Amino acid sequence: MSAAFTYLDHNATSPLRPAAFDAMVEVLKAGGNPSSVHRTGRRARATVDAARRQVAALVGALPTEVVFTSGGTEANNLVLAGSRSRRVIVSAVEHDSVRLARVGAEIAPVDGNGVVDLSALERLLAASAEPALVSVMFANNETGVLQPIAEVARLAHAVGALVHCDAVQGAGRARVDLHGLGVDYLSLSAHKLGGSSGVGALIVRGGVPLSPDRRGGGQEANRRAGTENVAGIAGFGVAAEAANGGLDVVALRDQLETSLMEIARGARIFGTGAPRICNTTCVSMPGVKAETQVMALDLAGVGVSAGAACSSGKVQHSSVLTAMGVPPAEAETAIRISLGWNTRAADIERLIAAWRDLYIRVAHSDIGRARAA
Amino acid sequence: MTAIAQIRRNDQPIYLDYQATTPLDPRVLEAMMPYFTYKFGNPGSRSHSYGWEAEEGVEKARGQVAKLIGADEKEVIFTSGATESNNLAIKGVAEFYKDRRNHIVTTVTEHKCVLDTCRHLEQQGFDVTYLPVQKNGLVDLEQLRAAVTDKTVLVSIMAVNNEIGVIQPLAEIGAICREKGAFFHTDAAQAAGKIALDVEAMKIDLMSISGHKIYGPKGIGALYVRRRPRVRLVAMIVGGGQERGFRSGTLPTPLCVGLGEAAEICSSEMVAEAERLTRLRDRMLKGLNAKLPEIYVNGDLDRRIPGNLNISFAHVEGESLMMGIKNLSVSSGSACTSASLEPSYVLRALGVEEEMAHTSLRIGLGRFTTEHEVDSAVDELAHHVTKLRAMSPLWEMSQEGIDIKSIEWAAH
Repeated sequence: MSAAFTYLDHNATSPLRPAAFDAMVEVLKAGGNPSSVHRTGRRARATVDAARRQVAALVGALPTEVVFTSGGTEANNLVLAGSRSRRVIVSAVEHDSVRLARVGAEIAPVDGNGVVDLSALERLLAASAEPALVSVMFANNETGVLQPIAEVARLAHAVGALVHCDAVQGAGRARVDLHGLGVDYLSLSAHKLGGSSGVGALIVRGGVPLSPDRRGGGQEANRRAGTENVAGIAGFGVAAEAANGGLDVVALRDQLETSLMEIARGARIFGTGAPRICNTTCVSMPGVKAETQVMALDLAGVGVSAGAACSSGKVQHSSVLTAMGVPPAEAETAIRISLGWNTRAADIERLIAAWRDLYIRVAHSDIGRARAA
Repeated sequence: MTAIAQIRRNDQPIYLDYQATTPLDPRVLEAMMPYFTYKFGNPGSRSHSYGWEAEEGVEKARGQVAKLIGADEKEVIFTSGATESNNLAIKGVAEFYKDRRNHIVTTVTEHKCVLDTCRHLEQQGFDVTYLPVQKNGLVDLEQLRAAVTDKTVLVSIMAVNNEIGVIQPLAEIGAICREKGAFFHTDAAQAAGKIALDVEAMKIDLMSISGHKIYGPKGIGALYVRRRPRVRLVAMIVGGGQERGFRSGTLPTPLCVGLGEAAEICSSEMVAEAERLTRLRDRMLKGLNAKLPEIYVNGDLDRRIPGNLNISFAHVEGESLMMGIKNLSVSSGSACTSASLEPSYVLRALGVEEEMAHTSLRIGLGRFTTEHEVDSAVDELAHHVTKLRAMSPLWEMSQEGIDIKSIEWAAH
């Protein structure tokens, strides 16, 4: 892959930060099983403990509140599938790893911007005396729309419910604070903030229950069995520390959006009526299928996506845009552009130029003429 | 075996705990490097070349893992490790078929994650038979045959024990399971890459593999799931639908690639490496026997992987010995349970008396173990065992021919 390629799909995965890479290589060479009591094992244990402090600091948690997992998906499954709450309420725009983790989960609707409808949530909570587990994400993976988590937590706690927040797309980009948000569980993923894939964490507020989903060696204080991915965890720690100040890409994102709207008549950016995270733009190019756009952009040396990476192989409508009431014909033309820690102005300029070229080509093609007719 | 310079620095202890974890083979690290750096894409991304490139890496690795065990690549699912594979295999099968069959057969010497999963299923209403093992650590095939009924959905028996290294008769177990219509799952975390495994010849339906036990990275493993006849599972982790729905979550490309490369190296070097390790192990045992009386090998010595010894040093407390041998990284049993001071349940299952179980060490040899390290380890062990025995009244009494069991201890 040439270095000249512009990568703007950080919500799928971010490249590894150099500092995290260095830390991981060192640990990969050192080896050791953290459960072993000999020196090699104790050194691996110290590596895991140091990373635990770094990850805890990222979200204002205590090190003991950090449970390392194999990623965000496992963290979401761990809290939802393992919850003893008999009622689970999730928002309509959650990631599949939340939506599908619990059969029979109730759905809290969202408004046209994709923001969870708080009065609907309140009614759902009041509908039964059974204490629920509520799961609402921090920032949406497709649109970047931020949810009113503190409000959700306040409503839920008022009726004795527990609150989980999937902060996979938020942590390291915006300030995510366990206690500031007032949630009980937080899911994190390393590879969305410049760590490695294959590692994540579930933050479990002290005193809040958690049922492990797998049995075994008693690692992670009996909350998650299996030999720790020591190198991945070390890289996660370093990446978390590097990402602690958040992402500074809002000016680039704004410049990008202004330019795209100037280029394409009828283009629409989704979720602009609500607060959004600084790195994500979900935009439609009228009449041009998302697949066509991403292929054309790839040929022009720019990587973006047509939706969530995990499901982008399947041809299906975005459940997020559908929940927001976007007509299917328009949803099919939406692409996701997501910026990250190594995004520069030149990347944005390249995307804008490629998008403009595509739009001009299409406008002069049959599709464009048909639309004009 | 390719000549590889000793990877241990001289100020580091001699690593003899290859059943707890293995060092990463430098060739594996090299294969992983591009995927940590410029090939960083998400293999689930279909819309740009970063994604395709990552997917290519993952699929090549899947083929490499499949080849190691004689499987088809479509039958290999990547997981976060053998603990997850074991949980998924046992729980997944049990839950899927629970309306038809609700009985599971396993052995008392399985890894803790298998035993704990079975206990958890018992609480859910499944019946579980925990077969004993013989004195040599091997399962009695007639007992197995008698235990498997028409209600048995799964037989889960490890390929190689993590503490004593004994190899179970997999092909015979597979034949019994097939004949009785039960699925055969084997935890091959300690076996893959060390002994020849063939899922067809051995009639294995599910197999768990770990990356970091075969010189690959931690945080990755695999589960083999047979397609013909098809084995079905309830997934434990759902979401994006990766791994054909069996296991959701972004595939960690560098780790998958590392596991694949590790499997590939094992495939090509296993035979030569086994010969070399057998020589080293024999050398170690011979050396220890020459210097120390009353040491006993636990578990069958012939039907055993080459890289394992489990030895009881009579009248020496294992923990004190471990404190003494500071230059050796060995363990007194399974790493997962090594922080606890209870005697090994595996040794107890072999009928090893509690006093002897307390004096045992697990010594694991592997790809980077050198002859020189073996000799140093023998010297260090002999020195400390002799020293501890010299201070032990029990040793003195036993040397004088007093049967320690006959002693009535005064109350205090």
